[in-house]
Amino acid sequence: MAATQPLLALRGVSKSFGGLTVISDLDLHVDEGEIVSVIGPNGAGKTTLFNIITGVYRPDEGEILLEEQSIVGLDPHQVTNRGVARTFQTLRLFLNMSVRENVMAVQYGRTKSSPFEAMLRLPRARREEREIRQRAEEKLSFFGQRLVGYRWDQPAYSLSYANRRRLEIARAMATEPRILLLDEPAAGMNPAETQEITELIGKLREEGRYTILVIEHDMHVVEGISDRVVALDHGVKIAEGSFDAVATDPRVIEAYLGLRKAETK
Amino acid sequence: MNWSLFWDLTVSGLTLGSVYALIALGYTMVYGILKLLNFAHGDVYMIGAFMGWFALHWLGGPVNPSATAWLVVVLMFLFAMVACGGLGVAIERFAYRPLRNAPRIAPLISALGVSFFLQNSALLLFGASFRDYDTFHLIGAKTYNYKDIFLSVPQLLTIVSAIGLMIGLTLLVARTKIGKAMRATSFDREAASMMGIDVDRVIASTFFIGSALAGAAGVMFALVFGQIYHFMGFLAGLKGFTAAVIGGIGSIPGAMLGGLLVGLAESYATGYLPQGSTFQNLYVFALLILIILIRPSGLLGKADVKKV
Repeated sequence: MAATQPLLALRGVSKSFGGLTVISDLDLHVDEGEIVSVIGPNGAGKTTLFNIITGVYRPDEGEILLEEQSIVGLDPHQVTNRGVARTFQTLRLFLNMSVRENVMAVQYGRTKSSPFEAMLRLPRARREEREIRQRAEEKLSFFGQRLVGYRWDQPAYSLSYANRRRLEIARAMATEPRILLLDEPAAGMNPAETQEITELIGKLREEGRYTILVIEHDMHVVEGISDRVVALDHGVKIAEGSFDAVATDPRVIEAYLGLRKAETK
Repeated sequence: MNWSLFWDLTVSGLTLGSVYALIALGYTMVYGILKLLNFAHGDVYMIGAFMGWFALHWLGGPVNPSATAWLVVVLMFLFAMVACGGLGVAIERFAYRPLRNAPRIAPLISALGVSFFLQNSALLLFGASFRDYDTFHLIGAKTYNYKDIFLSVPQLLTIVSAIGLMIGLTLLVARTKIGKAMRATSFDREAASMMGIDVDRVIASTFFIGSALAGAAGVMFALVFGQIYHFMGFLAGLKGFTAAVIGGIGSIPGAMLGGLLVGLAESYATGYLPQGSTFQNLYVFALLILIILIRPSGLLGKADVKKV
């Protein structure tokens, strides 16, 4: 473990639904500036892990620390305001809003104008609106040619699937998080788009200075971005380390491909 | 054609329509956010009418008001709106929030329960007799007219203040932080909460605003038509709901349009259709059925955009 305290740390976290244990005694940490990938077969508990971190579910046991402060028991919006942002495996954009409004919507929590100032468009409300707009455009510009200006006023439902994924990332960035949780950012993308996402995640760290925890199935993406890989199976951590180490770990191969394949290896 | 009858019916239709529109707004806002038909909403409107009556009598009553009539009326509105807003928040907190993740039928039944609870509480606390606002003594019988169009003061007050409240609501939803949070929450509650929006607060605010509008509608109705009683919320609630559905439930401009249409239809039915003054409700609900047959999602409602 690093000498400094990790940005996000899970200690002994367990969660079950009825009799089904989904996460079992899980330790996980993400250091500042690190990109950690979580892999595992379907049903391994990856999305549940995100839901526990973001406060959708409360863990049955264990601690979750963000910058050494417990975030267990906080509501999702409080966790978000502490600096944890996420994207969704199944996209959850505000399709009824424009592209720019989607990115603006998440920033209003920080505005100070009273309803009256906002309704009458008094100076402070106008200034805050301008700042929010600017920051939204800043985040959207991060995606360069893919989400260019003329699209910003289009409704979110008119975007292509890949652009919707990009917009979700932009929206998460606009909450000014300390850590970004990306749930299968490359799901449903073609090889070229997948390659782009891989580069984008790298760029998010280099230029955006984000710390990233990512769930991903595409091993090319995982290989391309990860500082460290954590493999889950049935809610238990079965391997952790560099991509090469985890990808060749017999327990990981067994979890993905079944026992016989592992034996013959 | 008898124009003076036409204008009379139009004015009373617009007055009634303003009341229905304000009730419909509460239905549509709550439906938009929770997908819940808040059947207790009509009874919140009834409570609003009573709260206005109490405010009137605490301020000396219609014959000897302790302030000028205008101030008394403003205070009646404010008191009814704040009291109903608070009532709406309490209803949400205790009758709906515990059922937030239950199947949709459960909060619906709970809403019916709240409706009966409010009606019978009013019967118990306020009695079964009609009460009168006696606006004749409070405001007088002055009317304004433009050619053939005659408007009494309460009618004018109702139409103007309803328009004011609707403009205010539109600006609130379009421009303020809470309005934007409402739109995000109504589209996807879980995603909104994970984007830093306090969903519980947004829902409570929605109930406060919707119920305050119903309270204002109760006072308006009583100012124009005089009499209030514990069961008045039932039919008004149904009409407000009809208005919300005709306009397209979930749509705020739809609720306003639907309210005015229902009010005008009811009023014209009284004057022009056979047996209209007896069967005006028959005509109103027939209009609902007709519109729903032609446009199932209502006039301004959008067919659901399904997420894939």
